[in-house]
Amino acid sequence: MATPVLDKAEAEAQAASPYITVTFRVRRFNPEVSAEATWEDFQLEIDPKERVLDGLHKIKWDMDGSLTFRRSCAHGICGSDAMRINGKNRLACKTLIKDINPEKPITIEPIKGLSVLKDLVVDMEPFFQAYRDVMPFLITKDTNEPTRERLQSAEDRERFDDTTKCILCAACTSSCPVFWNDGQYFGPAAIVNAHRFIFDSRDDAGEQRLEILNDKDGVWRCRTTFNCTDACPRGIEVTKAIQEVKRALITRRF
Amino acid sequence: MSTTETTASGIGPVEGASLYDVDNPAPVIESPRKRTNKTPKSTRGNFEMYGWLFMRLSGIVLVVLVLGHLLIQLVLDGGVTKVGFAFVAGRWASPWWQVWDLAMLWLAMLHGANGLRTVINDYAEQASTRLWLKGLLYTATVFTILLGTLVIFTFDPNIR
Ligand code: HEM
Ligand code: SF4
Ligand code: FES
Repeated sequence: MATPVLDKAEAEAQAASPYITVTFRVRRFNPEVSAEATWEDFQLEIDPKERVLDGLHKIKWDMDGSLTFRRSCAHGICGSDAMRINGKNRLACKTLIKDINPEKPITIEPIKGLSVLKDLVVDMEPFFQAYRDVMPFLITKDTNEPTRERLQSAEDRERFDDTTKCILCAACTSSCPVFWNDGQYFGPAAIVNAHRFIFDSRDDAGEQRLEILNDKDGVWRCRTTFNCTDACPRGIEVTKAIQEVKRALITRRF
Repeated sequence: MSTTETTASGIGPVEGASLYDVDNPAPVIESPRKRTNKTPKSTRGNFEMYGWLFMRLSGIVLVVLVLGHLLIQLVLDGGVTKVGFAFVAGRWASPWWQVWDLAMLWLAMLHGANGLRTVINDYAEQASTRLWLKGLLYTATVFTILLGTLVIFTFDPNIR
C-alpha cells in the first residue's frame, strides 16, 4: 500500500518543482569568427526566483563556455554587469527572472553607445574618460596633509547623499539618446559623480567642476528624457542631479 | 583549431571559410564621436547656458504668441476662410499686431534655429557635415528673419 502514497508524494514534489523553462535570447558577437552580431537562443531550466546572472552562468558553465560577459561581485555592488535586458538597461545580478516575464524569450544585449568587444562586453574607456574629466576626487584649498578628520554636519552630508550611491555601471549613460549619437557628451554618470563633489561642503573645487560641465558637451546637452533615472539600478535620481547642476550654473550668474 | 569550424555558439561563416580569425579579428564598430583623452578640455563662456535658458523663456512667450495667432487666424471670425489680403492688411494697420508678429517671427525663428542646431549637434558625426549644415541653417534663419522684418515694417496696403 506504500506505492500510491509515494506516488502522491512524488507527484507533489513534481508540481512543487520550482524550475521552469526559459529562453535566453542573447546578442552574440565574436570578431574572431564574424563581423556580424547575431541572436542566439538558449533554453534553460531555472528557478524564476533566480537572477538573469544565474542564467548566464548556467549557459557559460554548462552549455557554451564561449559566452562572454563581465561580472564580479554578483550582488549589485561592483557595477560590472549592466546589460540591456528585454530592452531596458539593468544589472543582470539584480534582475529576477520572475520579474521580467519568463513566458517570452528574455533578450539580453550589450549596453548601447559603447563599442562591443565581444558578446556582452563593451569598451568602457570613453565612459571612464568622461568620469576622469570631471575630477571625481576630493580637492581642498589647504594642500597640507590633514591632521584630523574633515568634519561635516549631517545636513551637509545629506545634500549629496543620493549621488554617493553610484557604482559606475554605465546603465544611465548608455541609456541616454544624446550619448548614443554623440559620445562627446559627458553623459549622466559623469555628471552624477561631479554632483557628488560639487555639493560636498568639504570640497573646494566645485566651481572648477561647474565650469567643466558648462562646456558645450556638458549639462546643457541633457534633454531631460529621464532614461537615466529609469535605468539606474541604485535608484539614484539622475535627472534631478543633472538639473541641480544646471540650476547651480544658472544661479551663480544671476 | 581549424578556423573554418563553426563555434559551439553557432556563429560561423555563412559560406566557406571565415574571413576572420584570432590574429585577424573583424573590426569593432566604433561608437560615434567617442570621448578620448584628446577630447578638448572645457571651453570658457556661457553660450550653451544662455541657449538653454533662451529655449525655455522663448518657449513660454511662444505659447501665448503662437496659440493666440492660431486662434485669431484659424478659429475666430469664420475660421480660415476670412484670411486674405484685406484681413492681413487690416491687422498690420495696428502697431499692436505688428509688434506681435515681429516678436513671433524673431522668437520662433531663433527658437527653431537653436533647436535645429541642437539636432545637428546630435546627429551630424563629422566636423565638416556639422559646419555645412549649420552654415545652411544660419543662412536660412538670417534670410527669413530679415525678409519678414522688412515686410512687416514696409508693408504697403495700397499695393496694386
Ligand atoms: C509653442 C510654444 C513652444 C514651447 C513651449 C517650446 C519649448 C521648447 C523647449 C523647452 C525646447 C527645448 C527642449 C530641450 O532642450 O529638451 C524646445 C526645443 C525645440 N523647439 Fe520649441 N517650443 C515652442 C514652439 C516652437 C516653435 C514654434 C518651433 C519652430 C519654429 C519650435 C522648434 C523647436 C525645435 C526644432 C526644438 C529642438 C528639438 C529638440 O531639442 O529635439 N518650437 N522647444
Ligand atoms: S548613476 Fe546609477 S546607472 Fe549611472 S553609473 Fe551610477 S549606478 Fe550606474
Ligand atoms: S556583478 Fe557586480 S554589480 Fe552585478
